[in-house]
Amino acid sequence: MAQAITHQFEKNRALTVLKDLVSRPSGAIGLSLVMFHLVLAIISPYIAPFDYKLQNSSLMLSAPDAVHWLGADHLGRDVFSRTLMGGREALLVTGIATPLAVIWGGFIGILFGLVGGRLDEVLMRVVDAFLSLPWILKMLVIIVTFGSGTAVLIPTLAFFYGVPVIRIARAATHDVIARDFVWSAKARGHSRISIIWRELLPNVLDALMVEGAMRWSWMLLAFSSLSFLGFGVSPPTPDWGLMISDARGFMSFAPWGVIGPVIALSSLIIGINLTADALAKALGIDRAQKAPV
Amino acid sequence: MIVMLMRRILLGFITVCLVSIIIFSGIEMLPGDACTQYLGEYQADKELLEQCRKDLDLNRPAHERFREWAGGAMTGDLGMAVDGKTKISTIVGDRVKNSLLLAFCAMLVGIPLALILGIITGLWRDRMPDLVISTLAIFAMTIPEFVSATLLILVFSIWLGWLPGIVLTSASAPISEFFPEILLPVIVLSLVMCAHIMRMVRSSVIDVMSSDYVQMATLKGVPYWQMVFRHALPNALLPAINVVALTIAWLLGGVVVIEVVFNYPGLGRLMIDAISDRDLPVVQSIALIVASIYVCVNLAADLLTMLANPKLRTVYTRK
Repeated sequence: MAQAITHQFEKNRALTVLKDLVSRPSGAIGLSLVMFHLVLAIISPYIAPFDYKLQNSSLMLSAPDAVHWLGADHLGRDVFSRTLMGGREALLVTGIATPLAVIWGGFIGILFGLVGGRLDEVLMRVVDAFLSLPWILKMLVIIVTFGSGTAVLIPTLAFFYGVPVIRIARAATHDVIARDFVWSAKARGHSRISIIWRELLPNVLDALMVEGAMRWSWMLLAFSSLSFLGFGVSPPTPDWGLMISDARGFMSFAPWGVIGPVIALSSLIIGINLTADALAKALGIDRAQKAPV
Repeated sequence: MIVMLMRRILLGFITVCLVSIIIFSGIEMLPGDACTQYLGEYQADKELLEQCRKDLDLNRPAHERFREWAGGAMTGDLGMAVDGKTKISTIVGDRVKNSLLLAFCAMLVGIPLALILGIITGLWRDRMPDLVISTLAIFAMTIPEFVSATLLILVFSIWLGWLPGIVLTSASAPISEFFPEILLPVIVLSLVMCAHIMRMVRSSVIDVMSSDYVQMATLKGVPYWQMVFRHALPNALLPAINVVALTIAWLLGGVVVIEVVFNYPGLGRLMIDAISDRDLPVVQSIALIVASIYVCVNLAADLLTMLANPKLRTVYTRK
């Protein structure tokens, strides 16, 4: 019976939060941008007017026209089709890596937040040391050694972006554990596991959800930056970062090559950020106070 | 206060030590070393490989080499690059100077602008100026650096032809030669920085303005602007200092991308080159330098907050 009631409550809460999210302009716009990109990533191979790797030398760097809406790139490939499909790899990699990062970072953070003491101090110093290295250095060293395939990128991103989650989860745990309802649960004689599961976790999850949304957007930024630098997706797979990097050299006489991927990438990242902002407000978490590490 | 300060310095030092251990063991754990890279396809020849490792001192146990490397790094000697001829400290020196120049110019523009915009948006919360500026800030903050850099080059150097879109100055050139080429990279960097810091200042201002003592001051009849500048702002800007430090450190990753986009001869581009060439000694040194910068910036921020806020100077006694 008690189980059913909590379940009901949780379900209603998720719905309330979602309603709150959509009722805010930033949430509504953000969520629709994200949904649009997700749907596009799934259906784009079926709706793209041309083959993304079909090269047509007579079209090289041609201007937009009725057939090729965004013109063609330096190899004579249709930019519109490539822009449509350019987010698939990025969304796949970051879509898998984000939950992994939040889960392992959250688990370690909650664990050490609960254990505390010396061990916790030592772990936090290691986390600090880890965060003092720029992400790009850590990522590149791994990629240069093991290659840049999806099988390398997913665990690497998940690992590195899980480290800052440890901090957030630990702070949230410390925050919750001092609250009255945890004390009263202890006083009621609940077991340790039940306190963690029923009192602590639901409260820490809020912070972790917002954190996850933010991690997602930073991972996308990292992924596309890596592609831009030539360390990410390998050609001919279409990717926005790589497309911008390729088209940049011809920007003075063929600027249309950059504009499509720029708009696509920016709209997705802005969409995620707007959603994260609205989610934080709906859950009552102040995001702006936190440093972006 | 002195004890507290020493504690912070010690903690910073420990962090740098930990970083150097992480870097060293991380690179040690990766397959391949300087010799397999240097010899390339000749590495199949066991004898050559052995000889090379002997020459470069690579056959000694890792902890001994670490001690030597760390000892050298303390005195400013970072060892040799993988070709065995050039000293790393000479390659890195100019690059550090150039990157610091870029970061300093960006801070000079970005931080004051961020403070002003943050205060404006915080005071006029949810009104027109706030909505406009905050929305723009989200754009500036979230769009990847290479995207905004590409757009700015397209507009300012290709369409309008106002500013050079690429840096051609050599790494060792004097500072004055970097103008006006440095302007576009500075604009991109300060844009991102400004947006991040502005958001934090804004929420901090909102916090303080809704506090009891500000309400008290209002009720007492303190003129609005006097209250804002004398009572509210000093308290609102304090917590921002630490966050600013963290932001700057975080932006170091973005600096790398910006340097590559603009061909700017800084530490970031050197890092990309060193990683592509698998010049691991140089990568190690750069990582150590960057981590030390991060720790120093944080230390400076702590110090500044402590100086500005008497309450913090006694936190040490809490234990």
